[in-house]
Amino acid sequence: MPRKLHIVCVSGTREKLQMAAMIASVAAASGDEVSVFFSMNALLYFVKGHATDAPVEGPFGKLMQDDGGVPPFRQLFKYAAELGDAKLLPCSMAIDLLRVSPEELDPELGPPTGLTRFLSDAEGAQMLTF
Amino acid sequence: MSETRIIDARDTFCPGPLMELISYMKRANVGDELELLSTDKGSVNDVPEWLAKVGHELISSEQIDNVWHIKVRKAK
Repeated sequence: MPRKLHIVCVSGTREKLQMAAMIASVAAASGDEVSVFFSMNALLYFVKGHATDAPVEGPFGKLMQDDGGVPPFRQLFKYAAELGDAKLLPCSMAIDLLRVSPEELDPELGPPTGLTRFLSDAEGAQMLTF
Repeated sequence: MSETRIIDARDTFCPGPLMELISYMKRANVGDELELLSTDKGSVNDVPEWLAKVGHELISSEQIDNVWHIKVRKAK
């Protein structure tokens, strides 16, 4: 039976987004049922026109930034959706506050989702927060 | 029998090589053989682990001049 994994991405720093994306892509491609909820600073990287490069938190982030062989977190989230049918869900509150329309978000993202819905879907799932 | 498809994922880090392999695996036909080239040492353990979990076949895994050559067969 596939494991159910719910990931909440809040931080906009490179290390946290990278770790969340690594877990999402590997879990989804291995058959787990993965949902990722993007809110606050993490959502900004999926808004068209916004910077796609996240600031580093510490020395390891710098190491990843300087090495061209580290797969970008946005690519890994895309893999999660394409190869493992992961749901990438933008937080409806964050979208409202940013005053952007769903059309201004990356096409890989699903419909704006409220916390009530996300938490209800998360019943019985393992939840990770970054 | 089709020839082995080479996937060159050298110089990328985890989970890049695995994701490259899975991308090709999705498009391959059952019975096709793929050979992943990776310089990421983690791939040596991660790829067989993934194959066992999802039910594909590991044909061989060997290191030649600091590059891992991991041959797999799509089983389903």
